[in-house]
Amino acid sequence: MAIFKLTVNGKEQQVDVDADTPLLWVLRDSLGLTGTKYACGIAQCGACTVHLNDVAVRSCMLPVSAVKAPVTTIEGLSENGDHPVQLAWDEVDVPQCGYCQAGQIMTAAALLKKKPHPSAEEIANTMHGNICRCGAYHRIREAVTLASTKM
Amino acid sequence: MLTINNSSRRKFIKLSSLSAGGLMLSFKWSGAGAKTPEVFKPGAIEGDVVFNNYLNIATDGTITIFSPNPELGQNIKTSFPMVVAEELEADWKKVKVVQAALDNKFDRQVTGGSGAVPHSWMLLRKAGATAKYMLIAAGARRWGVPAAECHAADAFVVHKASGKKLGYGELAEEASKMPVPENVTLKDRKDFKIIGTAVRNVENKNITTGKPLFGLDFQREGMLIATIQRPPAFGTKIKSADIAAAKAMPGIVNVVQFKNNVAVVGKSTWQVLKAKKALKITYEKDGSVESTADHEQLFTTLMDSGKATVRRKDGNVDAAFKNAAKIIKAEYECPFIAHNPMEPMNFFAHVKEDSVELAGPSQTPAGARAAVSKLLNIPENKISLELTRLGGGFGRRLKFDYVTEAAEVSSLVKAPVKVIWTREDDMMGGSYRPAVRYRFEAALDASGTMIGYKLRGVGINAGNSTREDNFPSGAVDNLLIDSVEYESPITTGPWRAPITNFLAYAEQAFIDEVAHAAGKDPVQYRLDMLQKARTNPAGAIKYDIARMEGVIKLAAEKAGWGKKPGVHQGFSVYFSHRSYVAQVCEVAVEKGLPVVKKVFAASDCGQVINLTGAQQQVMGGIVDGFGHAMYSKLSFKDGASEQNNFGAYRLVRMKEIPEIEAYFVDNGIDPTGLGEPALPPTGGAVANAIFKATGKRLYKQPFIEQDVFKKA
Repeated sequence: MAIFKLTVNGKEQQVDVDADTPLLWVLRDSLGLTGTKYACGIAQCGACTVHLNDVAVRSCMLPVSAVKAPVTTIEGLSENGDHPVQLAWDEVDVPQCGYCQAGQIMTAAALLKKKPHPSAEEIANTMHGNICRCGAYHRIREAVTLASTKM
Repeated sequence: MLTINNSSRRKFIKLSSLSAGGLMLSFKWSGAGAKTPEVFKPGAIEGDVVFNNYLNIATDGTITIFSPNPELGQNIKTSFPMVVAEELEADWKKVKVVQAALDNKFDRQVTGGSGAVPHSWMLLRKAGATAKYMLIAAGARRWGVPAAECHAADAFVVHKASGKKLGYGELAEEASKMPVPENVTLKDRKDFKIIGTAVRNVENKNITTGKPLFGLDFQREGMLIATIQRPPAFGTKIKSADIAAAKAMPGIVNVVQFKNNVAVVGKSTWQVLKAKKALKITYEKDGSVESTADHEQLFTTLMDSGKATVRRKDGNVDAAFKNAAKIIKAEYECPFIAHNPMEPMNFFAHVKEDSVELAGPSQTPAGARAAVSKLLNIPENKISLELTRLGGGFGRRLKFDYVTEAAEVSSLVKAPVKVIWTREDDMMGGSYRPAVRYRFEAALDASGTMIGYKLRGVGINAGNSTREDNFPSGAVDNLLIDSVEYESPITTGPWRAPITNFLAYAEQAFIDEVAHAAGKDPVQYRLDMLQKARTNPAGAIKYDIARMEGVIKLAAEKAGWGKKPGVHQGFSVYFSHRSYVAQVCEVAVEKGLPVVKKVFAASDCGQVINLTGAQQQVMGGIVDGFGHAMYSKLSFKDGASEQNNFGAYRLVRMKEIPEIEAYFVDNGIDPTGLGEPALPPTGGAVANAIFKATGKRLYKQPFIEQDVFKKA
């Protein structure tokens, strides 16, 4: 166990965990930020997606000792849940079970931060890494497209 | 107008004022109209016979509707309250929806079999309508006018003649003391303002902001985390377990062995996952240790073994095949697949001296409670169960093995515990969609009419792998449907649209092949068979011919069936769980390979409750049916699954999905369910379109492994 200093959603945090603890479990177990989801643990599904310096990363295989940049989770994406991507998700009524959606939203938000008006192909390529077992892919695509018009 | 006589249930209705003011109605939810498949058997305990539901109206006008059924993405938490609110004439903006915990006062607190809405439709309507009548009565008494001169609108009681109006909140207290009406008149569907419209998911804000909704997010003071090492192969058991190294690892509170499991219990998820890897367990054979190669051999042997159970027999099949001008025969096979809800299995349990607290995701909370009661010998009325949102279910959470595990571990370590499964645990842990092989045979006369039909299913832990009374039964004079069951240690369970999730593909692909052999248009061939079933039925007909024709015609019309030169179309139609769905799939050939471009779907699920939710169920069902037919399989080597996570096990992703157009038949009948029925037809429509595009039939799933998808 060792002390690690992190900046999460703009707030400095200290956690006392094993160095190999994935950021996912630090967020969920140590910091109580359960919006970031566990689903595969091998960076294959995207449910655990967070931002490191505004870039989408899979937190389930990222050891806390390797986290050197500010972390943003779904809880910190916007002050009032009104990021254009979050609003588009409601407007298009994307969620079915909802479990993968935090990861989908974080993936989409990072894409639009880097490229506010991506092509349909760029959206599909980026979102292809996130699994939605309910199969809400059409609406995910539509919501990212809608959000891109409001960036 | 529909008038419901309440007198028979009047004695069950009781009223009481909330201490904080407001109206609380307690309903006896008995005498449900729709017959639904039984997915669990409630224990024979006091209280399980009587069920109730609650609707609260606070003095500030807030209307709280409790949603009793588990929410796993079928959108029940939005659609149930919509039905109550419609009859109540509530202002939807003032409706607050609360997930109810497991409670004997509710009826059929289950998510499964596409049964929740059909089962509860009339009960929910009566709940809203009865409260509305009492509010109107209270308003009328306040104003000294006849109730017949008043009506309700947007959560107000209105006396039109005088222009007076009062909000529900202002009247709630008085209304709660009004006599319960003998009869309530339900709304005419042409007056629906909420039902049939698109109402967004009530949890959207919580989901998009990452609020703790799911079982895996559940927390309790002092709660420990447990991970369990189960036998890695079916048909094996623990020979010896050395737990010392795991127990000595940081953060580990206890390591306990129970049955064939070793539970590692500790303070954090990562610590228990690491310690689990330090367990030294050896296993030994405990039954049949099977591989996929063995099953392939079994299918072949059992198909001709003659040990089949006859499921349906009409006419004289032998004679029909003897006299046939043409015989078509084909076999279809599917692999095991895992449910893979995105949220892995988990449950919280706190077993105390004489009571138990449970919380988590379950499709059958009452069944889970009964199992825990039996396991621990603690009466059910001492066990509470809080329902979290389910991160998907697909049938996996109809089983409650993970609930009893949590209770057992908590009882052993005497602490509140949340058991969590990893993805590997989930994918290797059984309860799969069974692997099945079907053999279809059709006898045609000289005109191409089907005069004989044989279907044999051989399933591994599939039970009856046929649905003997579905189409084409009734449409063929001479018919024999039977099945052969094989018992394996590899556990199986209901998987979204059980049996029909594969049978529908096989049957609809076979009908297509038969139509082709008969030189008939596949859509017309089905319509001709239905006409035969109508005018000259063979045996009992247990599907609705008109409803099936309705979706066939709508799908064909919307897709422009047969009117798009150069577009390769495949057709499929299926009846499951009381509803009817027809689909047309369009396939293009790109760079020498078939690409599934589009699916048109026509669904008859009766009255659509929530248009946006219904579209989600159809689109999601098609993506699910398409994805698993195309890509997914679990194979076994020496009793262990060869795929254990999303690396080796392929699920459909965004760039692979076809476009979808979803249409609904509006025939005014009561809702018949939609969580599953859109899935079964998809595989057949896809396979039939691929045949049109390539001339090659697909007889085995996953399609992606078949020759037609391999580059020359």
